[in-house]
Parts: sequence; structure tokens; C-alpha cells
Amino acid sequence: MTDVLIPVITMTALGFLFSVGLVFAYKKLKVEEDPKIEKVSEMLPQANCGACGFSGCRAFAEAVVKGSAEPNGCPVGGEEVAQNVADILGVHAGEIIKRVARVHCRGTHSAAINRGFYLGISTCYASHLVGGNKQCSFGCLGFGDCVRACLFDAMHMGEEGLPIVRGEKCTACGKCVDACPRNILELHPLTQNILVYCRSEDRGPLARKGCKNSCIACGICVRACPEAIVLEKNLAIITDYKKIDPEKIPEIEKCPTDAIGRLRKDDDG
Amino acid sequence: MELVAIFISAVLIQNFVLYYFLGICPFLGVSKKIDSAFSMGLAVTFVMSITAVVSWLINNLILIPYGLDYLQIVSFILVIASLVQLVEMFIRKISPPLYQALGIYLPLITTNCAIMGLALIAALNEYSFVETVVFGFGSGIGFTLAIILMAGIREQLDLADVPEPLKGAGIALIVAGIMALAFNGFIGMLT
Repeated sequence: MTDVLIPVITMTALGFLFSVGLVFAYKKLKVEEDPKIEKVSEMLPQANCGACGFSGCRAFAEAVVKGSAEPNGCPVGGEEVAQNVADILGVHAGEIIKRVARVHCRGTHSAAINRGFYLGISTCYASHLVGGNKQCSFGCLGFGDCVRACLFDAMHMGEEGLPIVRGEKCTACGKCVDACPRNILELHPLTQNILVYCRSEDRGPLARKGCKNSCIACGICVRACPEAIVLEKNLAIITDYKKIDPEKIPEIEKCPTDAIGRLRKDDDG
Repeated sequence: MELVAIFISAVLIQNFVLYYFLGICPFLGVSKKIDSAFSMGLAVTFVMSITAVVSWLINNLILIPYGLDYLQIVSFILVIASLVQLVEMFIRKISPPLYQALGIYLPLITTNCAIMGLALIAALNEYSFVETVVFGFGSGIGFTLAIILMAGIREQLDLADVPEPLKGAGIALIVAGIMALAFNGFIGMLT
């Protein structure tokens, strides 16, 4: 009998000793953490994409609870997450303007002239280093670095060689914007339906030679709506889309190269 | 002299990672950056030193006098688990970023066979108390040395052109193997 009892008692005593030690250590070393951080963290998408400007969802949660970030700071989560986070903190969520990435190039296979064949590493970044295969040195390279960068399956390569963004899936995280070596992509409010689809800073004749859909800086759109559109470096730029009078849109769309205008159906796949 | 021999042997010759091949999990898992590798090394060194002392006390004051040698493994597990809990609380309190960086590998020290191996080897060799202290501390230093060297090499490897199939774990294991070969060269030191 004692053969069984002694080891059992020994182990129990040892276990008890250590647990008492740990209890005391826990009391001494307990970390006070705001339970809200955990709750906010649970609400977030956990994509850890960094679009909020913090190193991850956890860091964002800490910042929100501390007050150094707004509840609507997570562009990926959108309105719903902002509302949930705001509910946890008991504050007002603030208005969220849903933004999406838009492609600023219409240099399709049929519109853009190739100046040669590029047979190197098939990424935009590599292609950009040697100038790409298009005549236009500002246009989309078409190797899909942006599509690969997208974490949310919101982009695909269209048949015409340009990336297409699915508006409803895009979370405006900005990964594609960073991935593009030519800055073709830009985030715009979902409600902005008029855009300049060209990045070419070449002078008119040169731009036209390289691509049928390039902005040739003719100024038709600027004359139609001078308060919202300006010419800069041979390129039309929309300074504030809210100032564009809807009645003037047909005027603007008289663009001879289709470089500015409303979104087409195939622009939002 | 005997103590110096035990220390050098634990650090260089019978290094836990590169000779016994114990504790490979954190050795590969936390060796991506020198900073966190160093902290992991320190945490393991701490646990090893204390484990060596406490397990010696339990072994020689309780188990052996009462003829309970067969409880060694169970009671050592108890010691290690409690100590790791303690270290975890401590690191979380002192340095939350470090706590985040070590991540899952910190509680995994509990199941790190190097710690268990240390307690059992010390018991097997029937080291005296002072010898056990030196052995435990030396083993920790040996682990730290190995993991820091590994982290240094892997930081350089990030910039190297590693063949696609070998990227990640593959090249890490090859590096570990070559390091083990190099450390085996120290065997001639003690004869």
C-alpha cells in the first residue's frame, strides 16, 4: 500500500507547491490589459493588410482603444466594422466613404501600339525597368502585378490586357496602388463616376501615336468644365469630381480619344 | 578544472542543438531575426538554469532518498511546465513586443526536449549540485550561441539567391546540418 501512497503523495505535494508558487507569481506579474482591445480585435477582418496604416489588425485595435485612431480607420472592414467598433467604444462611427481602386489606362491591345516584344520576367516591375513593350511609357504594362497583389480577389486581367477591378469586392486597401510601377491605379470614391483614363504626359501628337485612347491635352473637357478639370503636363486632371455638373458630362464626353468620361460597364467587372 | 570542462563541453562540444539535436523546433522557428533569437536564447537559458537547479534538488532530496527514481520524468515535466509559465508571465509583463515576437514558441519551451534532456542527462551523469548549475547554464549558453549563429546566417540568406525548392525550411535544415558538422570538430578539444 505504501508503495502506491508515497509516490502519489509526493507528486501531489510537489504539484501543490508549484501551483502555489505560480499563483503568487501571477498576482505579482499580472498584466492589466484593456478587454476592449480584444473585443475590437475580434471585430476586425484579420487580414493584417496594413491598409489602416498600422502594422496589423491587433495594432490598429490597440490604437483605436487608445484613441489615436478613428473607429472608421479600417478601409477593408468598411461601414459594418466601423459601426461595430464604435459600438464597443461607445462613440460615433463617423461617415465612411467607400472607395475603390480604378484603372487609369485604356491602352487595350487594340488601342495601344507595341514598340516591340518583351520576353523577360513577366512582371510589370521587371518590364517597367526596361521601358515595357508599349510605345506609351506611361500606360499599363499588363503583367498583372496589381492582380497578384490583391488579397481580396477583387481584380482580374481583362481580355483586352488591362486589369479590371470588381467594385463590390474592392476594399480600398491600396495594395494594387503600391504594386503598380506606373501608378496606373488610384483610389476613388465609389460614387465618382467620371474619370480620366490616361496617365500619359507625352505631348498630344506623340501620345496619339502610341495609343488611340490617350489624352492628347486638347482641352475640350477643360472648356466644358473649367471649375473641376485642369490640364497639367499634357494631361487632363479632375481636381474635384463633386464640382462637375451632371449636365456637363455629355460635353466632357466629347473627348476625341475617349480618355475621359463615365465608367463603362466593362470598367467595373 | 572539471567545472570548466563541463561548461565548455555544454557550450561547444555536446551542444544541445547541434550535438544531441534537441530543441530543433525553436531553433528553426525563432531564428529568422537576431533580436528575437537572442531573446529566445535568454529565455531558454533562464529556464534551463533554473530547471537544472530545481530538478537536482527534487531528484537528490526527494526522489533518490525515497527510491522514487522512476518519477524523474513526471516530476521534471512539472518543474519545466511551472517555470515556463513563470517566464511567460515575466516576459509579458516586462516586454509585450518581445512577448508578441516569441509568440507560440514561448509556451512551447515547455515541450522543448532540450530542457527535459538537460534534466535527465544531469541526473544520468550524477552531477554534483555545482556541476549541475554549471551544466544547466552552459547548455543554455550553448543553445543561445547556436540560435544566434543560425539567425545571423539566415538574415544573410534572405539576400542570397536560394534555389526555389530549397527556400525556407529546406535551406535552414541544410545550414543547421553544416553547422552541426562544424561543431563536431570541437570534439577533439576534450580528451
